[in-house]
Amino acid sequence: MSAPVIEVQGLKKYFSTPRGMLHAVDDVTFKIEEGKTLGVVGESGCGKSTLGRTIIHLHEKTDGKIFLDGKDISDLKKKELKAAREKMQIIFQDPYSSLDPRQTVDATIREPLIVSRRYTKAEIDEKVEALMDLVGIDARLQMAYPHELDGGRRQRVGIARALALDPRFVVCDEPVSALDVSIQAHVLNLLKKLQQEKQLTYMFVTHDMSVVRHISDDICVMYLGQVVEKCEAKELFRNPVHPYTKALLSAIPSTDIDNPNQREILTGEITSPINPKPGCRFAARCKYATDACHEPQVQEEIAPGHFVRCCRCHEIG
Amino acid sequence: MSDITVNAAGARPKKKSEFVRIMKELSRNKLAVIGVVLIILEALIAIFAPLIAPYDPLEMNLAETFMKPCAKHLFGTDDVGRDLLSRIIYGARYSLSTGVLAMIFGVVCGLLVGSIAGYAGGQVDNIIMRILDVIQALPGMLLLIVLASMLGGGFLNTVIAMGVGAIAGNARLIRAQIMKEKSAEYIEACDSINCSKFRIVMKHLLPNTISPIIVSASMSIGNYVVLGSSMSFIGLGVQPPTPEWGALLSDARSYIASYPHLVMFPGMAIAITVLAFNLLGDGLRDAMDPKLKH
Repeated sequence: MSAPVIEVQGLKKYFSTPRGMLHAVDDVTFKIEEGKTLGVVGESGCGKSTLGRTIIHLHEKTDGKIFLDGKDISDLKKKELKAAREKMQIIFQDPYSSLDPRQTVDATIREPLIVSRRYTKAEIDEKVEALMDLVGIDARLQMAYPHELDGGRRQRVGIARALALDPRFVVCDEPVSALDVSIQAHVLNLLKKLQQEKQLTYMFVTHDMSVVRHISDDICVMYLGQVVEKCEAKELFRNPVHPYTKALLSAIPSTDIDNPNQREILTGEITSPINPKPGCRFAARCKYATDACHEPQVQEEIAPGHFVRCCRCHEIG
Repeated sequence: MSDITVNAAGARPKKKSEFVRIMKELSRNKLAVIGVVLIILEALIAIFAPLIAPYDPLEMNLAETFMKPCAKHLFGTDDVGRDLLSRIIYGARYSLSTGVLAMIFGVVCGLLVGSIAGYAGGQVDNIIMRILDVIQALPGMLLLIVLASMLGGGFLNTVIAMGVGAIAGNARLIRAQIMKEKSAEYIEACDSINCSKFRIVMKHLLPNTISPIIVSASMSIGNYVVLGSSMSFIGLGVQPPTPEWGALLSDARSYIASYPHLVMFPGMAIAITVLAFNLLGDGLRDAMDPKLKH
């Protein structure tokens, strides 16, 4: 077991809104080991993107600790923060808005190298070429503008920019959900290949269960800012315990025509993330809910490495 | 992808400067070229006025007052017998330079103030915008008069007074654009690669937000030409008998029924200038947007 690259303890991110505190990320704890991928799944608005952005300091956290390679990076001064940020990068969901429309491919990939001030001009030229080869963008497109590229190529540019400074940890914020299905596989395979070559550690945010199954080692299921279940990817698909995870997994379309899966349809609306009640946040939609569910829930390890936040997990599991 | 030159043996394309690209794009737009040619022509006329003008613009000739356009005086003469063509030629010097300089002053200050307000947001934005509100609450002409009388008349002070009046509008325009763009993901990406705030504003936000400013600025030059004339009319701008286009117009206003050519020719000069800058502005907007490239 190698040392964790990223460790998060009790991370919280609240946004203040006119109606109260919005609990986007509430008490999230996990580790990711070197070269591994943590998949984070959940429906839109559950705080999975905010979690990624808070870890890499694009948002300021409300509370909690973040460790990078064992070093506490939760409260850094400006200079150290810059160094830490270089080691953590992000690949965005929408390659149409994450590239500056007035910058060429070359300028976009070059920028992190210029800003870091670690390289001479000749070294940067060389690195840009190497990065373009690495992510598979034709050299002839070096001076092209983003609107001249298709979604897959744009996303490759975004990946090249993220990898320019040789990060340790990359947040992939739904990197394929804006792409055509045919291109999704290319980009996913590229991400896997890069992970193996560079020993990258990924946090892979998505709402697509089949994608997360393909790419993750471990999976976190998030609901309204909280991790409701966390375990190895295989274990999660084989033995989901939390009622929300079960409902989520039953939504994966089956390819077996004789044996269509029984969908569990959730009723009710997602409850408001603003000033949530102390109990289980899923209780309002959960068919197993009892009075005990409205008490604060603790995370329980029901099997080695399998964590669930549900007081009834033994009865219903 | 027309401007991506692929060299032999798959060599990497050469980098072209943004300026060269915009100029090339501009040269493909016929209307913009007409605009540029007109502006260059007017500039040349202004620069070489003493060589081109057939008469001294200030020389009165009471024997030849109110002449209609004829071979001797192509544009006719005014109430004290000054040659109108010569006065318009010399007037280009004052009118063009007040217009252009006031525009530059207003745009540069507006960009600075607007981008700070838009990017910083919060209290900084609030304070800056409330000050601009006060400036904009005053009627434009009143502000201009107050400023000009504080600074005193004359060419440079008129330019500054007009420019100050334009800061608020330009700042508002750029602030709105920057607020729209600053939450885009590519700006977040800049944060994650440690771009400084200065770099984000200069390299990413301004290039993506400047087109409407350029268009409005190039079109506003025409307004400044007219505004500068109004100033000279009330005695706060360029002082008579300096032949400024607006001044020529206001001098001729009493004779508009009997000698319309006295109004027509300076009016045409102003109209052509406004048209030229509008054509250039339109062309620039298209040329600066890489998405509209053919």
